[in-house]
Amino acid sequence: MLFVTGKGGVGKTTFASALAQLSAASGKRTLVVEMDDKGALAHALHTEGVQFAEREIAPNLFAMAMNTEDSLREYIRLFVKNPLVSTFGPLAKILDFVANAAPGVKEILAVGKLCWEVRERNYDIVIVDAEATGHIVAQVDAPAILSNLVQVGVIRDQTRWMQDILHDQSATGVVVVTTPEEIPVLETIQLLDTLQSKTKVSVSAVVANRVHPDVVAGGDLAVFAGLVSSVESGMMASEPASVLRGPLRLLSIATQRRKREVGLLEQLATNAKQRGVLFMSILEIDEQEAGITSVMSSVLKDELS
Amino acid sequence: MNNLREVLQHGRLVVVCGSGGVGKTTMSASLGAFAAHAYQRRVLVLTVDPARRLADALGLESFGNAVVEVDQRLLMHNDMVPAGSMYAAMIDTKASWDELITRCAPNAEVCEKVLTNKLYKNLTERFVNSHDYIAMERLYEAQQSSKYDLVIVDTPPSRNALDVLDAPKRMKEFFASRLLRLLTSQAQSRLFSLAAKPFFIVADRILGARFLSDITEFFTLFRTMEEGFVARANEVEAVLKHQDTSFIVVTTLEPAPLRESDFLIDELRNRSFHLGSVIANRVTPAGLLRDVEDSLGSLQQAIQDPLFVQAVVGATESLEPSAEQVARVVNAVAQGSELAVKQGKVDLDRLHRLGQHCNEAGAQLYVCAVAETELKSASDLVAIGDSVEPA
Ligand SMILES: Nc1ncnc2c1ncn2[C@@H]1O[C@H](COP(=O)(O)OP(=O)(O)O)[C@@H](O)[C@H]1O
Ligand SMILES: [Mg+2]
Repeated sequence: MLFVTGKGGVGKTTFASALAQLSAASGKRTLVVEMDDKGALAHALHTEGVQFAEREIAPNLFAMAMNTEDSLREYIRLFVKNPLVSTFGPLAKILDFVANAAPGVKEILAVGKLCWEVRERNYDIVIVDAEATGHIVAQVDAPAILSNLVQVGVIRDQTRWMQDILHDQSATGVVVVTTPEEIPVLETIQLLDTLQSKTKVSVSAVVANRVHPDVVAGGDLAVFAGLVSSVESGMMASEPASVLRGPLRLLSIATQRRKREVGLLEQLATNAKQRGVLFMSILEIDEQEAGITSVMSSVLKDELS
Repeated sequence: MNNLREVLQHGRLVVVCGSGGVGKTTMSASLGAFAAHAYQRRVLVLTVDPARRLADALGLESFGNAVVEVDQRLLMHNDMVPAGSMYAAMIDTKASWDELITRCAPNAEVCEKVLTNKLYKNLTERFVNSHDYIAMERLYEAQQSSKYDLVIVDTPPSRNALDVLDAPKRMKEFFASRLLRLLTSQAQSRLFSLAAKPFFIVADRILGARFLSDITEFFTLFRTMEEGFVARANEVEAVLKHQDTSFIVVTTLEPAPLRESDFLIDELRNRSFHLGSVIANRVTPAGLLRDVEDSLGSLQQAIQDPLFVQAVVGATESLEPSAEQVARVVNAVAQGSELAVKQGKVDLDRLHRLGQHCNEAGAQLYVCAVAETELKSASDLVAIGDSVEPA
C-alpha cells in the first residue's frame, strides 16, 4: 500500500494515477483510492463516477473514492454485527459530528478500509491519493493515535492489526511528491523528519515533480552568463548583440529559476538520504491536459525500468 | 472600488485568495509595502505560510503569531523610507486558538480545563475548519485595531478556496446544532431521548464509554463559550461584506491555478463579496516576448554563420570559450527562445480569456511581470507592488 502525499497542487493525484496505470498495465491487480472526495482522481484517470464501491475502469485497474459514512456502514456490518443498523442514518450523522472533535475517528474509518483491502489480499497493490502534507501523519498514524486515547472498545481492538500493516515497511510506504519550489520542498523535508521521528510508517520514495529542463547546463552556464554580461555592458559588438539581447534576457529568467530549482533539489536529496529523489520533468504544454497522466505513466515506466 | 490603487489607498481590508503556489504571500507583502510607501498607510500583512526568502527580505528572524513592525530602513525605495509603516504576522493556528479560548472562556477554570483537554489539540488542528476560522478571527481582530489603516490577509490554502469565508457560518451552525445539545445534555435526559439511544449503545461499543464521556465533557465545556463565538462570527461576516473590504484573486497562467481562479471569481460574485481585482502573476512581459519574436528569425539564421559565432567568442574573451562551446550556447538560446515564444502566445491567449471573465464579473485584471532577479530585500517588494499594472 502506497500513500501518495504532498502539498496541494504539486501533482499528487496525477502521480498516484500514473503509478496506478503503470502498475495495472504490468499485470498487477491495482486499487487506486481518492481520499478527499473532490473528483480529481476521476479527472486524472479520464473516467467518471468514481465512488466508494470500487469499479474496474481499465483492465486490472480498480478505482474508488473514500467516504467515511460508507466505510462506517461496512465496518459496522463486518465488526459490530449490530441489529441497529437500520437507524444508521442518524447514527452516521452523530458519529460524523463526534468525529469532528475526536481525533482519529474519521481517519481510522478511512485507513481501516484501506488496511482491510490489504489484509484480505483483494489486490496486489493499493495506491492512495492521500491527504496533503499537513494531514498525512494524522491519516497514516490514526490507529496509533487512537489507541493512545481510547482505552476499550471495538475500535481499540481494531487498531492493532491495522498498525501491523501500516508499520510493516514491506507492506506500507509513503510517497512524498513535491515541486522544486521553496515551500513545497520545506514542507517535504519537515514531513520526512516527522514521519521518521514520530511514526513507524516508512517512506518509500520522494518525487520531485514538474522539474524544468536545463536551458544550458554545466560549464556552459558560465559562458551563458558571460554572454549576458557582455551584451549588457556593451562589450559585444552591436551586430551580434542586437539579435541576442532579447533572447538572453528572456532565458536569464528561466536560467535563474533553474538555478533556484537545482539548489532546492540538492537540499531535497540531502534529506531524502539513501532513498534518493525521483525526478519527473514538467510535461509539455501541447500535451493535452487530460492526457498528462498517461504521459507521466510512460515517463515513469522508463524511469523505473 | 475595483481599482487596485484606490483600494490600497482607501480600503480597510484586502483579502487575497488564489490557489497554492501562485505567489499569494509575496503579492500580499508587496501590495502592503507599496501602500506604506505610496499612500502613507500603516499596513498589517497577515500571512499563513511565508517563505524563508520573504521572511529574510523583511528582516524578520521568523514570522510569529505576534505582530512585528518591519524596519523602515529595509523598505527604502527610490532613496526614501516609507511615510507609512508595515507590520507583519503569521497566523499560527494553535497559538491563536489559545488566545481565543482565553478570551471567550467565561472563567479561568473553564479556560484551564479546555486548554488542557486531550481533545483540544485536535480541535485546533481540524475542528470545524479551524485554520479557516482562526484566519477570519485574526483578520477581524486586526481590522478593529486602530493601529492599522489597512489589513491585507493572505488566505490559507484550503481544500476549497472559499471554505475560509464559510468558516464563521459553520461555527454558528455548530453551536446551533441539535446534535451538540443532545451530546451535552445531562446523562439522564439522554436516556429519555429515544433518538439518541441507539447511538449511545453503538458508540459505546465502538469507541468505548470513557472516550465518549471525554468527548461529551469537551463539548460541554466548549458550549459555555457559545456567546462569544457566535457574536464574533456575526461580526466577521459583517466585516467581510463591508464596502471597505475588497477581495483580490491571484493566479498564474497555468491551467490548474486558472481553473481555480475562474471558480473563485464566480463564487465570490455569487456570494456578493466585493471582488475588486484579479492579478495574473509571473507573466512574461509582452514587450520582451515581442522583442524576442522579432529577433528570433535573424538569430536562427545568424547561428549558422561561423562569423557570428566568432564575433560572440570575441566578446567573451576573458572566459576563453571554444567556438564549439559558444555555438552550443547560442543554439540553446535560440531553441529556448522559440519555446518561450510559443508558450508566451499560449499565455497571452489565456490572459485574454481571463480578462473577459473579469469583465463579465465587474473586476479589473492586472498583471505582475515575472521577476528577473531574485527577491533580496523589502525594497524589492515595494518595486513589485509598484509594478502591478492593468492588463
Ligand atoms: N509533471 C507535470 N507536468 C505538467 N503538469 C503537471 C505535472 N504534474 C501535474 N501537473 C498538473 O498540475 C495540476 C495539479 O496536479 P494534481 O495532480 O491535481 O495535484 P494535487 O493532487 O497534488 O493537488 C494538474 O493540472 C496537472 O495536470
Ligand atoms: Mg489531488
